[in-house]
Amino acid sequence: MPARKSASSSSSDLLLHMKNIHIKGKSDEKWIDIINGVDLELNRGEVLGLIGESGAGKSTLGLAAMGFCRDGCKITDGSIHFDGMDMMSLSKDELRLLRGHRISYVAQSAAASFNPAHKLIDQFCEAPMIHNVMSRSQATEYAIDLYHRINLPDPDQFGFRYPHEVSGGQLQRAMTAMALSCRPDLIIFDEPTTALDVTTQIEVLAAIKDIVKEFNTAAIYISHDLAVVAQMADRIKVLLKGDEVEQAATDVMLKSPSEDYTKSLWAVREYNRKEQKKPAKTEMPIISIKNVTAGYASKLDVLKDVSFDIYKKRTVAVVGESGSGKSTTARVVTGLLQPRMGSVSFEGETLPAGYQSRSRDQLRRIQMIYQMADTALNPKLRIRDLIARPANMYLGLNGKALEERVRNLLHMIEMEPDQFIDRLPSELSGGQKQRIGIARAIAAEPSIIICDEVTSALDQLVAEGILKLLDRLQSELDLSYMFITHDLATVRAIADEVVVMKDGIVVEQGIKSKMFTPPHHPYTELLLGSVPEMDPKWLDRLLDERGKDNLGDAAIAKMRNQGLT
Amino acid sequence: MPNIISMIIKRLGLGVLTLLLLSLLIFLSVEALPGDLAETILGQQATPETVAAIRKDLGLDQPPITRYLNWLGGVLQGDFGNSLALKKPISSLIAPRIQNTLFLTLYTAAIAVPLSIILGLAVSLFRNSYFDRITNTTALAAISMPEFFVGYIMIYFFALSGYFPSMANINANTPLLDKLYLCFLPALTLTLVVTAHMMRMTRAAIINVLALPYIEMARLKGAKPSRIIVRHALPNAIAPIVNVVALNLAYLITGVVIVEIVFVFPGLGQLMVDGVKFRDVPVVQATALIFASAYVGLNLLADIISTISNPRLMRQR
Repeated sequence: MPARKSASSSSSDLLLHMKNIHIKGKSDEKWIDIINGVDLELNRGEVLGLIGESGAGKSTLGLAAMGFCRDGCKITDGSIHFDGMDMMSLSKDELRLLRGHRISYVAQSAAASFNPAHKLIDQFCEAPMIHNVMSRSQATEYAIDLYHRINLPDPDQFGFRYPHEVSGGQLQRAMTAMALSCRPDLIIFDEPTTALDVTTQIEVLAAIKDIVKEFNTAAIYISHDLAVVAQMADRIKVLLKGDEVEQAATDVMLKSPSEDYTKSLWAVREYNRKEQKKPAKTEMPIISIKNVTAGYASKLDVLKDVSFDIYKKRTVAVVGESGSGKSTTARVVTGLLQPRMGSVSFEGETLPAGYQSRSRDQLRRIQMIYQMADTALNPKLRIRDLIARPANMYLGLNGKALEERVRNLLHMIEMEPDQFIDRLPSELSGGQKQRIGIARAIAAEPSIIICDEVTSALDQLVAEGILKLLDRLQSELDLSYMFITHDLATVRAIADEVVVMKDGIVVEQGIKSKMFTPPHHPYTELLLGSVPEMDPKWLDRLLDERGKDNLGDAAIAKMRNQGLT
Repeated sequence: MPNIISMIIKRLGLGVLTLLLLSLLIFLSVEALPGDLAETILGQQATPETVAAIRKDLGLDQPPITRYLNWLGGVLQGDFGNSLALKKPISSLIAPRIQNTLFLTLYTAAIAVPLSIILGLAVSLFRNSYFDRITNTTALAAISMPEFFVGYIMIYFFALSGYFPSMANINANTPLLDKLYLCFLPALTLTLVVTAHMMRMTRAAIINVLALPYIEMARLKGAKPSRIIVRHALPNAIAPIVNVVALNLAYLITGVVIVEIVFVFPGLGQLMVDGVKFRDVPVVQATALIFASAYVGLNLLADIISTISNPRLMRQR
């Protein structure tokens, strides 16, 4: 194979050298710049972190390192040398022989990137068989070996399941194992843990770190999460809109970033609203959830005996991992789901269980903002109509007064009315759409807003802006928030009180300052301890303390066995 | 597995209900047709007395409800009744026709289904190439022409030159090889008519899947384009393809009257058309029921195959 021959002839340590890369993408028949002249060097066994917000071109650059462009993109200039080979001059077939064999890829969503029609082990064996590296039986054996190594449950049988039969964290680890199937020189990790819960993220990070170290594989680790990259990378490169901002060794980059943009990325994590003072004992809560047990069509209870109160002008953060019942609680409060037992009361008055039997005024007082602003806004309506609708429906505003109100609301969310009032949602950025979602909620003049993961889909800087806006609106309009999130940094930033949920049960609740200081409930402890810190040694230290077998699912299972949840 | 069995039972139940509603609908629409069987039989010699006598003889003097229920009762006992016009048991009329129609359907399917799926895979592999465009245009042209026209073109090219017969007049005693030879032109005509639909659906379904992340993953593993189409895309595109194949097979059973007439082929379609012409309600009912069962059965089969092809439905967590 020509690929291998050149490998032995080059003795240098430099594995990948990308010089002055320009990539353009086609959008609406126009070619727009995605990457404008970025250089990238990577030595054997080195891990490079690529950091940037969405649209920075991280994934595009990562894929270009494989000589691959997504449909509608093209490399217009620059050179890519991999192990001494000029990738730009290789034929399609020669490139194909490198991919999966000497350079492999770990995608963001393992659930979407495994073929649902084939068993995991068949997908593992595919690359070794295509590239004639191993026979099927050798590859199977190797897969099982790797599954053992990265602590997958029941490793001998694990591969014989279909992708839908295993959890997200396990799939992501299986994908990391699959990337290793041909023992590549370079692996591109494209946001491999972004879609995962924090406790699950750790087990994946541990597996990746272990494998990269063990096989001395070079890697490009792409992420928007600095703390995660800090654990994995030797060197960090920051990208902004297709340009390199700066690059430095990880500890240098963390301690003293030189560019303003990098500093602003760092600063995001420091936003911290001061906690409001405790409500008086006599005060009536705005919303009081009492012993709610609820579930969907099947007999299973998704919520079990959930109780907590939300007071005026306070923010209650409901924290938990996917499937813990956070959003189900929101559905019970809004009346979309009727509880099997228990009730919700509003200012001391019990609300009818279903939204159909609530009065218009009761409906008006509880509003929602959703995670995906994209799908929550009707794409056919202009901003004017989107915001006017609740103001008209709940408050009966019409004509001039309505127009005035809409403009006023746009001012409140810091969007210039003349510029935005006649736009369609598709003509707004993600953060602006979320602001419209907020305006629509406050248009009804509610007492409480349920914010369901409102910042999860946004970049850090944009999310920061949304949090500040919500904070300001809270003090101006005396709002209460029920803030659903899985992100503990957000909780730290905005909450007054914290409710920790796990498997439909409230495991712990209290004021923020108390929740973030020990002693914790073991699950809260695990959750807090799983949030990556900006210290490059954090993961190693954690692994030493907890041990490899006491992470994520395994740790939770252990806890369950001890009867702690 | 229990999933699929309960699905089959549920679908069969719904199928029976569909058939029942359909028989009622057919009965009512034939009732609504102008004209009268007795008058048709008597032709010029129809006098009010003879017409009344024949009507009584055939049971046509009964109210429609009674006639429908009598007929339904018979069917439930496996008796389709007698043809009013020909005074013969319907089953003896239908049996040879069903055999012929099924033979022609299978013959066509054996050519058209593999052809259209392989073509569909090939055009999605070379999508947007000249091969793709030419194949698509040809296929579209073939379905845009009326079936009888395609039939006559076939006769012009293949029958006038003497390669194949233009009349597919077969019966139960025709040997298989002769049957294949005699029916070649109708089968080819029908192939041209149904291939485009199945091929274009295969192409669309495959290209739909090609946009998904796991296809990009396969490309990044170094899989060849042909392998990506056949091994990664096809298994996930089976459901829409199978459904379109089923619809087209059902069409082959039910909708080929014109082709039957062009090639003088003794199939079910002609029987039904004759039935409508003579207001021979029991014959129309019986053929309609057979056609509807073909639709229900083939669609059920398509659903079973799509379920089996999807591990997420077969092995639920």
